[in-house]
Amino acid sequence: MAIAIRRVTKRFGDFVAVDDVSLAIASGSLTALLGPSGSGKSTLLRIVAGLEHPDEGDVSIHGEDATGLPPQERGVGFVFQHYAAFKHMSVRENVAFALKIRKRPRDEIRDRVGELLRLVQLEGLANRYPSQLSGGQRQRMALARALAAEPRVLLLDEPFGALDARVRKELRAWLRRLHDDVPVTTVLVTHDQEEAMDVADRVAVMNEGRVEQTGKPRDLYEHPANEFVMSFVGPAHRLGEAWIRPHDLEVRQEPNGSSTEAMVERVVHLGFEVRAELVLEDGRRVSAQVTRNEADELELHEGQIVFVRPSRTHVFSAVATPQGHS
Amino acid sequence: MAARLSLRFAALGYLAALLALPVGLVFWRTFEKGLGPVWDAATTPEALHALWLTVLIALVAVPANTIFGVICALVIVRGRFHGKWFLNALVDLTFALSPVVIGLALYLVYARTGWFGGWLVDHGITVIFALPGMILATIFVSLPFVVRETVPVLREIGTEQEEAAWTLGASPLTAFFRVTLPAIRWGITYGIVLTTARAIGEFGAVSIVSGSIAGRTETLTLHVQERFQGFDLTGAYTASVELALLALITLLFMTLLRKESPGGDSDSPGDEALR
Repeated sequence: MAIAIRRVTKRFGDFVAVDDVSLAIASGSLTALLGPSGSGKSTLLRIVAGLEHPDEGDVSIHGEDATGLPPQERGVGFVFQHYAAFKHMSVRENVAFALKIRKRPRDEIRDRVGELLRLVQLEGLANRYPSQLSGGQRQRMALARALAAEPRVLLLDEPFGALDARVRKELRAWLRRLHDDVPVTTVLVTHDQEEAMDVADRVAVMNEGRVEQTGKPRDLYEHPANEFVMSFVGPAHRLGEAWIRPHDLEVRQEPNGSSTEAMVERVVHLGFEVRAELVLEDGRRVSAQVTRNEADELELHEGQIVFVRPSRTHVFSAVATPQGHS
Repeated sequence: MAARLSLRFAALGYLAALLALPVGLVFWRTFEKGLGPVWDAATTPEALHALWLTVLIALVAVPANTIFGVICALVIVRGRFHGKWFLNALVDLTFALSPVVIGLALYLVYARTGWFGGWLVDHGITVIFALPGMILATIFVSLPFVVRETVPVLREIGTEQEEAAWTLGASPLTAFFRVTLPAIRWGITYGIVLTTARAIGEFGAVSIVSGSIAGRTETLTLHVQERFQGFDLTGAYTASVELALLALITLLFMTLLRKESPGGDSDSPGDEALR
């Protein structure tokens, strides 16, 4: 295991940010800590980096107990949401920082910085200052800076959170390719389930300081352990005791045995897919996701009466954690 | 357009009437009778000593307040303890208190008959009516500037850059000197300029603790008063001009430093939002 977190708890005053969390992260993997804000995911990441100290529990990195080690001695690279660029240093000086601190020979620093700048595609901008870069460029610089000291573990705290949607998607794909080329064990904190599913090999879903479920992105989606994971990882609706995904709701023009009548309130075109927002007989609202072709065949339009039947539902036992999504 | 021009006119007019005109008049009256008398007035032993004393006091008080100011700002911004408001209030107290009161307070503590003065005198240290007292008084009145100028910039940069430096292997001290200090340097510089100006121009507190002995415990400001009261207007004007020149040199120094800094002034957070 590259990182082993054992029974870690962290409190800020009365607030329990991380509540008895244990988590193992495999070498060379790219793991996402996914959760809403305040779920403790960033605190957990900062504990791994040594920027916060756990009140209880311990952390080991590559088999070595790191609980008492300061951040300087953990061999971690950390990337912050707001870049934490050294504004008075050029891009080159930023990337060279860790090597200069380690007093490496000048030639070695030059070669290594050149190599890293090529890796993050900033060769032409080496002499610029951070204020002259775009957000995406700054974050790539921060990544190169974190990689310079050859960390054993790379920790990314909402790295794309401050960027606009398009740049975020580009950087996400780029990060995935980078990880395949330079397979450093990476932990990514995000509140964006799409980002977690897109980039990570494994996802740990966090809520209220606890890890709700850990698994491959697809497993979490297909087999959520509880209502929170069901509702946080992908869209979901509650129908009676059961939970259902919008694409697991069959929509027909004619009634059929177990189907329920519903009125189409709104039709939303999302490119290839169409989302129909429906009102059931009893007034509950659900949405159904169908392909464009299906929508055309059904001639979906507002005010239409359709018949729906869930093709697949998830039922959780009553001990499931309370949650605010629906 | 007209509104903006009239605003500009109002601002400039205000400054001209209150500042430029009287100060200009001092320069004019100083050099009215040519350079000879000015040179004579500036080179009397008392005047030279006063200039030296003013510079010496500033050279001690400004570094002391700079180092203390930065430490104090760090504690105010980053410290997590009860009673932080009290420290904050203490720093502001030196703003609020009249320098004369500060001078009197120092006198009460350090004079031969004071709380602490007797003991010091017994050990051969004279504070009141001597240089140590004048330095203490100047440090006291020019204390808050570096703190007040550094606190907002320190608060604005946050701790992320420093934390990033730690994870990159920098010790807390290295991180402070190579990352935090450069990031707050303009706040500190501006604080230093204000401290220097205040230290050079201090009158009230120093006047009480120094005893104003010409040629011994007389700074330039005290020298101006002494000459003025002695009807030596040329002497008073000359010392005033020296004070003005010291202030100008300080300002010029800051402007030059600012021009040479790498990365320019573009490290304000405002331009981050534009990208």
